[in-house]
Amino acid sequence: MGKPTGFLEFTRELPKYKDAKERIHEYKEIYLEFAEEKTKTQAARCMDCGIPFCHNGCPLGNIIPEFNDAVYNSDWKLASDILLSTNNFPEFTGRICPAPCESACVLGINQPPVAIEHIEKSIIEKAFHLNLVKPNIPKERTGKKVAVVGSGPAGLATAAQLNKAGHSVTVFERADKIGGLLRYGIPDFKLEKTIVERRVKLMEEEGIIFKTNTNVGIDISIEELNKNFDAIVLSGGSTIPRDLPIPGRQFKGVFPAMEFLSQQNKRVSEIVTEVDHRGSKYENGDIFASAKNVIVIGGGDTGSDCVGTSNRHGAKSVTQIELLSKPPETRAESTPWPLWPMQLRTSSSHEEGCERQWSILTKEFIGNENGELTGLKIVEIEWKTVDGKPQMVEIQGTERVLPCELALLAMGFVHPQHQGLLESLTVELDERGNVKANNYRSSVDKFFTAGDMRRGQSLVVWAISEGRECAREVDIFLMGESLLEAKDKGVLQVI
Amino acid sequence: MSATNEQQGLYLPQMEHDACGIGFVAHLKGEKSHRIIRDALTMLENMEHRGACGCEENTGDGAGILLQIPHNYYKEEAKKIGVDLPAIGKYGTGFIFFPQDEATRNTCKDFIEQTAKKLNFTILGYRKITTDNSPIGPTAQSAEPAIEQLFIKPEFDFKEDIELERKLYILRAHTVREINNILGGKDQFYYTNLSCHTVIYKGQLTTHQVRQYYPELNDESVTSALAIVHSRFSTNTFPRWRLAQPFRYIAHNGEINTLQGNLNWMRTREHLLECDVFTKQEIDMFMPICYRDQSDSASLDNVIELLYLAGRSLPHAIMMLIPEAWQDNEQMEPWKKAFYEYHDCLMEPWDGPASICFTDGKMIGATLDRNGLRPSRYVVYNDGRVVMSSEAGALPTEEEKVLQKGRLQPGKMFIINMEEGRIISDDELKKNICTEYPYQEWLNKHKITFSDLPKSTIKEEKLLHKELLQQQLAFGYTSEDVKTIITPMAETAYEAIGSMGTDTPLAVLSDQSQNLSNYFKQLFAQVTNPPIDPIRERMVMSTFAALGGASSILTTTENHCKQIAIRQPILSNADISKLRYINHPDFKVITIQALFTASGKKGALERGIERICKEAEDAVANGNNIIIISDKGVNKDFAPIPSLLATGAIHHHLIRTKTRIDCSLVVESGDIREVHQMATHIGYGATSINPYLAYQTIYDLNKEKLKHLNKTNEKLVENFIKASSNGLLKVFSKMGISTHQSYHGSQIFEIVGLSKKVVEKCFTGSISRLDGIGFDEIAKEVLKRHSLAFPDIENLEQRLEVGGNYQWKRRGEAHMFNPDTIHLLQYATKKNDYKIFKQYVEKINNQTEKAITLRSLLDFDLSAATPISIDEVEPVENILKRFASGAMSFGSISHEAHSTLAIAMNRMGGKSNCGEGGEDEIRFEKKDNGDWERSAIKQVASGRFGVTSYYLANADELQIKLAQGAKPGEGGQLPGHKVDEWIGRVRHSTPGVGLISPPPHHDIYSIEDLAQLIFDLKNANPKARINTKLVAEAGVGTVAAGVAKAKSDVILISGYDGGTGASPISSIKHAGLPWELGLAEAHQTLVKNNLRSRVVLQTDGMLRTGKDIAVATLLGAEEWGIATAALVVEGCIMMRKCHLNTCPVGIATQDPILRARFTGDPQHVINFFTFIVQDLREIMAQLGFRTINEMVGQSQLLKRRENITHWKYKHLDLSPIIFKANVGEDVGLYKQMRQAHPIDDAILDKQLVEAATKSLEEKTPTTGQFNIINTDRTVGAMLSYHISAQYKKQGLPEDTIQFKFTGSAGQSFGAFSANGIKFELEGEANDYFGKGLSGGKLIVYPSAKATFRPTENIIIGNVAFYGATSGEAYIRGMAGERFCVRNSGAIAVVQGVGDHGCEYMTGGLAIILGKTGRNFAAGMSGGVAYVYDMENDFPKNVNKEMVELEDLDDEDLITLKHYIDRHIKYTGSNIAKNIIDNWEVTSKFFVKVMPTDYKKVLQERKNKIGKVSV
Repeated sequence: MGKPTGFLEFTRELPKYKDAKERIHEYKEIYLEFAEEKTKTQAARCMDCGIPFCHNGCPLGNIIPEFNDAVYNSDWKLASDILLSTNNFPEFTGRICPAPCESACVLGINQPPVAIEHIEKSIIEKAFHLNLVKPNIPKERTGKKVAVVGSGPAGLATAAQLNKAGHSVTVFERADKIGGLLRYGIPDFKLEKTIVERRVKLMEEEGIIFKTNTNVGIDISIEELNKNFDAIVLSGGSTIPRDLPIPGRQFKGVFPAMEFLSQQNKRVSEIVTEVDHRGSKYENGDIFASAKNVIVIGGGDTGSDCVGTSNRHGAKSVTQIELLSKPPETRAESTPWPLWPMQLRTSSSHEEGCERQWSILTKEFIGNENGELTGLKIVEIEWKTVDGKPQMVEIQGTERVLPCELALLAMGFVHPQHQGLLESLTVELDERGNVKANNYRSSVDKFFTAGDMRRGQSLVVWAISEGRECAREVDIFLMGESLLEAKDKGVLQVI
Repeated sequence: MSATNEQQGLYLPQMEHDACGIGFVAHLKGEKSHRIIRDALTMLENMEHRGACGCEENTGDGAGILLQIPHNYYKEEAKKIGVDLPAIGKYGTGFIFFPQDEATRNTCKDFIEQTAKKLNFTILGYRKITTDNSPIGPTAQSAEPAIEQLFIKPEFDFKEDIELERKLYILRAHTVREINNILGGKDQFYYTNLSCHTVIYKGQLTTHQVRQYYPELNDESVTSALAIVHSRFSTNTFPRWRLAQPFRYIAHNGEINTLQGNLNWMRTREHLLECDVFTKQEIDMFMPICYRDQSDSASLDNVIELLYLAGRSLPHAIMMLIPEAWQDNEQMEPWKKAFYEYHDCLMEPWDGPASICFTDGKMIGATLDRNGLRPSRYVVYNDGRVVMSSEAGALPTEEEKVLQKGRLQPGKMFIINMEEGRIISDDELKKNICTEYPYQEWLNKHKITFSDLPKSTIKEEKLLHKELLQQQLAFGYTSEDVKTIITPMAETAYEAIGSMGTDTPLAVLSDQSQNLSNYFKQLFAQVTNPPIDPIRERMVMSTFAALGGASSILTTTENHCKQIAIRQPILSNADISKLRYINHPDFKVITIQALFTASGKKGALERGIERICKEAEDAVANGNNIIIISDKGVNKDFAPIPSLLATGAIHHHLIRTKTRIDCSLVVESGDIREVHQMATHIGYGATSINPYLAYQTIYDLNKEKLKHLNKTNEKLVENFIKASSNGLLKVFSKMGISTHQSYHGSQIFEIVGLSKKVVEKCFTGSISRLDGIGFDEIAKEVLKRHSLAFPDIENLEQRLEVGGNYQWKRRGEAHMFNPDTIHLLQYATKKNDYKIFKQYVEKINNQTEKAITLRSLLDFDLSAATPISIDEVEPVENILKRFASGAMSFGSISHEAHSTLAIAMNRMGGKSNCGEGGEDEIRFEKKDNGDWERSAIKQVASGRFGVTSYYLANADELQIKLAQGAKPGEGGQLPGHKVDEWIGRVRHSTPGVGLISPPPHHDIYSIEDLAQLIFDLKNANPKARINTKLVAEAGVGTVAAGVAKAKSDVILISGYDGGTGASPISSIKHAGLPWELGLAEAHQTLVKNNLRSRVVLQTDGMLRTGKDIAVATLLGAEEWGIATAALVVEGCIMMRKCHLNTCPVGIATQDPILRARFTGDPQHVINFFTFIVQDLREIMAQLGFRTINEMVGQSQLLKRRENITHWKYKHLDLSPIIFKANVGEDVGLYKQMRQAHPIDDAILDKQLVEAATKSLEEKTPTTGQFNIINTDRTVGAMLSYHISAQYKKQGLPEDTIQFKFTGSAGQSFGAFSANGIKFELEGEANDYFGKGLSGGKLIVYPSAKATFRPTENIIIGNVAFYGATSGEAYIRGMAGERFCVRNSGAIAVVQGVGDHGCEYMTGGLAIILGKTGRNFAAGMSGGVAYVYDMENDFPKNVNKEMVELEDLDDEDLITLKHYIDRHIKYTGSNIAKNIIDNWEVTSKFFVKVMPTDYKKVLQERKNKIGKVSV
């Protein structure tokens, strides 16, 4: 611990955002400069707890107090070593992770928590800046070949880990670029794509082969995979969005959020908006929010990204509606520290201009004769507990129509795409429609699975964790043992 | 009672302890009389309270008397059996304890006959001793031997008596060995002695039974010029007649802490034994010198006897075994130092507290060990008698005849030479002995000082970071080791501090690859012998060691000192290189590579061990006398043998091959990086250690992490060595061991989790009760580390694992409190939700995947149970009363945390414990809302902070804290910055000044002292239960039995894992045992002794759930304490930063900002305990118990969990823990009867209270006069209780009760005397005078009949005014050792003091009008002393670490004069009068002793006040 009394002397401080009026005119990241000294001060707030709850709260098991200490001591090499030992891509999580570590931070019991995510990002950017992040080319190759299907954070993490262990890894991606949701889901104002490219380049230099525009099951057969690879990891993500099958769904102007977001990501990267993030053709052409009344249905992060993007498009109005009731301003009693708190979260996108409504049920999409969306019929609801289960009850007389020309469905994803690869593989699925696995091993020999494809939609940080743990299992499968780090099993453990 | 001394369950016969009262009466000129014997027996009887009896009032622990052969009486008696005795000195005699069975007896006699013939003796006859066993109890009777006296005559005359003694010795030792073998090794055959000078009457008797049992002792014709008596207080009550003392040459009050090692070393020396006076054949006849199953005192006697018979004088022999502290004593004469240094080459000290009386029948003497912790007072009369005993006045003093009153001083000896008719002082005696040979010359010629050896020319290789990493991986380093252990040692030269105890698994339960040392738990001293303060009493300790071979201990030649002396055992890399390449004719060094094939094949490690043992054996045979055991050279094919295993294996192999003594072992190992690891290596035979990898790690740290310190590598290594060396002293001291040499090979550990085979081979004789893993499993752990260092494919960037021992880490060691369990516990108790609590319970209890506790391996045996409905189980409220919260002082935790807990415990009917920091008196009154912050349990710890009469009177229970789980055997320190105004007031100390708790209670050096303190406290509050807090370790059972016999009402067995505010990390982890072992052992031993039904047994240490409580109850506890979990309920999140004052949730901090963040609530605490009880009741219903009492000790309902398959702990044998003795129905398993407390008897205080009725009722003055003798103990404490109970803190007005006493007061005179008391004592007093003085006034002066000079004679004993908080005292005479120790407010005037005066004082005033001993003012952080230094030699006696010496200013002189005037007024002191009469001159001789920090704080305050007024 750098400074035992740091938490008493300093308060939490984060980089400021650029002014909202300015930032909505660009797709650049929104943070202003933050002096290195200030970051060290933030690191000094870490208390080096006897039980670092942050370290437990982090799905990756990041060893947070240790890197905080290194930052406080300006030992960026040590800090990045520690950080990279548990997290292959801190430059992603340092930007877009909702930071469950901070919710679990002990200081957060009665004070603002330590700015862990900011410190994480600072470490990795400093490490890149100091040229400390170099391709880590394995000395010896094991001769084993592994295919990774899907290049989202889970697939990338799997690939990186397996390559580290000396296996030859090929990553297949059906889209035109590597990165999955990192690339086409998250807007640039949250994660500039150069960051993703920087990492992919490094991985290429480390010897990983990336094959884009390759739809496994179609462009390359399962038999080929089986023949050419010693193990295959399925990490295709959870790609089927939850739909809203209510009257009027067919009107032009009702689109899944990903269709909207992926297009904008392509535009920023100057890629022709021809095929979407799944490698399929855009059926509905270019979607713009400009001068429209936009309603985002769904109150989560994807919804928030839609809000930010719509404002950048110059929407006339942006409204975000949510079925659930408004969470409390502070941590709900039902989610005490160190749990992930149920509480109202306001993102930078919300600050840029947006009306938010809760306890709203969408009854019907209203359209004009041209089949174009003109409004949304909604009703306010109330949540009641019946037989111990929450139930919604419509509030009489609250039904109304909101004007709307663009409705974005951001209600999450239900499961991976079954059609195609999974079906032909006849892999077992779980009750939620995800690929069923035991220790990341699917029901089909040699086939492993990780990320949203296995656990269902989740955070990037979870995807990385899945990829790492899966890679270790693959390594054990191939070699009989593994020295790859796992988050809950130390290498000194004797079994 | 069918008590036996065999090992059953966890009980360990070798852990028995005894302590005692001893003394002698002798005539200077050797005039024989019967009076000597009569007086000695009277003295013995007056020390009855220093002995003990067990479950039967009339079965004692042993008592006896040694006298010169009463020849005239025996001559007459012998005639009756037809024997005509030759002249005195021409025959040998002694008592034999025969088996009762006549046939067996005849077998014995036949063998004696044969042997006698062989040795040219004629047996004259056997006399049956008339004994009267009617007064002795059934237990003693059950083993009563048939006692006969043997008369035997040599066929040839000897020139000197000693030649006859030698022959008698051979006969005795040989027949004992052989006959006991013939009789099947049951030790049924024993001689009290066999001598031509002395005879011993002893047995398993109480002191009063000696003269009844041996009626002939009352015969006036039985005469002697000397008599030694001994009364034994043992921790057991098994019939052991032969363990009664005196032994043949000594009577010993004390305890040899290093016995196991001493016995091992003795054994290894046996083959070297040779001398002129015994032939080889004779030596073979009497070997072995010591037997394993006898007491430490008996072994000591054996060795003294051997050395004496081989030609040294008794004093010389004793000086060899129990040397003074000479190494660092700059005041010691060079000839004496040379003597000790020379004998150091022959023999390690037999270390431990010892007061010894010794005689060869012609001279008699006494000595004290270097610490001088056992009282020994003597009187010389003008009629030639000398009386020496543990207590003054034990034989009523005839004041008018007294020539001199004295005490034995630490390390000193005196003898009475009856031939010359005079006392020979220590100086004269030792000068004669020490100058007998030119020791210094010999040393100069042969002994080499290590630092003088030439440096090696080989350059030290520094590892590259990558190479280092590989080595670190191979030896299991974690980044935590580097950060938490090594860095602070290198940076600060101190060991790292931690807090909140430990909740990780024992090594054998852990999944993580373990360093072998982790299987070893340090033993420590509690009750039966005191730990030492290695910082403040550094002067008695030593880290010196010697390398090289040895010679016969029976001869004295210059060759004996061919050794290399080293100052301390940790060698730098340069040092080891120097040693390895030594070029000297006397030393031959060889390195043995301790590696084994890393094949993973079965038996590989064991084969490796066999190889190195053989190599070591050959090496010694080839003349090597220094063996370096090295694990350097690890590579892909060869892994290191754990260095401790290698060391132990070689050590014991060489012992077995009888060559161990011919060489020294030095260990060069990468395994060693922390103090505990060093301690284990030394404990198993390593003389020196080179932890090379720790140094390489430091060099590496210095490249980056420690660069900012700007220190050289050498300096950092020096720091590391200093921290290690001081850490080792701390480990030695917690066992009461003073020197490296006696710790060396002493094996003071309990092994938990290694197999019998491993222990037998490598750690022979160590305590290990649960079996465990074998060589292959050890190898598996090593190979895990090895495979990380040498992976098959070297692709991965290697890093050290993060660790997780000292902090919770996901990849690291399992912790019982982790994010999940803490969250669930806090959530459940806040929400008052039992369902969530059950989730918590499930998480804690379910350790199938990862075992953390021993109890997790136990299950309830439901097949043996008949379930009942939960409604039939006694209600929650009943059970809640059995809970106590842990002892946590106000000071270590905040007021908010402390009082929340107290309120909760009071609301629910449990007991809170105020901890050792005193208690604010405002808490004694209830609050308006009915809440009460008063702690029911008041702790009495070694610091005695705030322990006043009023404090004691306000308790339901008084807890004597003998040890603390987190750091047993160590003291504590509250840094000055934590002592704010409030805490300072409660602790009776100065805010801003640091406070020290000494490691020992300075009034408990032995078990009889504990009995005394219990008696004191019982007097100070007759209504309170007395609770004695012990920490689990091997042998705690026998200690508990002793404590029960000392009349404690409650015995608490604490687990080693308990929380703490601050403690060295190595102590938190490695000292003591889990409560499962300690509790079960205590319960089993108490049941075995039929003492269990007299005491409440309580346990604590990481109790978390109802199952924990249930297991504890089944193993014998009827009450339980919970601390850490209760703190977690209050908001603690195990920061483990208590020692930094930065607790972020306001618990372990005094920072007002942080205290404001405290959110605990008494109701949450009550919810927690209620849940625990609910959980427990569910288990009780399952097991069919309606009440807790029914459940206590029913360990048959526990069984080993069935599904244990873990590769490690499946080897554990848990049956000793759940062992249940088969005892009769009359033997209770839980507290059923009251202890018979001596305060129930007609004690003097009852008269005092009676006499003071009017004062107590109406505050009117009372006067009175009383006679007093040494059995009147703790006079005044009960009277003070009545004052405090009625008049609270302010007590009665000054001098309201004025009592005068005449005679020799017993121990603790005036203890806890409250305001309003004035006691005047004409005569003398024993130890603990004015203990805890609380406002009263004590005056002592010599008897009016006395003619001796008070200033030169001792008038009060040791440890006067211990923990005094206020009051005044005037002593016309000298006091013993440790005058005013821990005084925090009393004013005392005295005319001279012994060693360690004003130790740990924090307040008050001491005025000393005479000489002081050494180490004055050690640890003195407050208060003032004025010392009259006529001879200007005071400064050299001062320990100046914390104090400065100053001249007195005017203010001082006014104060001083005021109290000297009072001294004259009260005592009539001539010296004082002289001083005042010549004030102009005399006042200049006073020196003021002023603590540095105290002065600073006072000055700051003065400045502040000054500023305000300006």
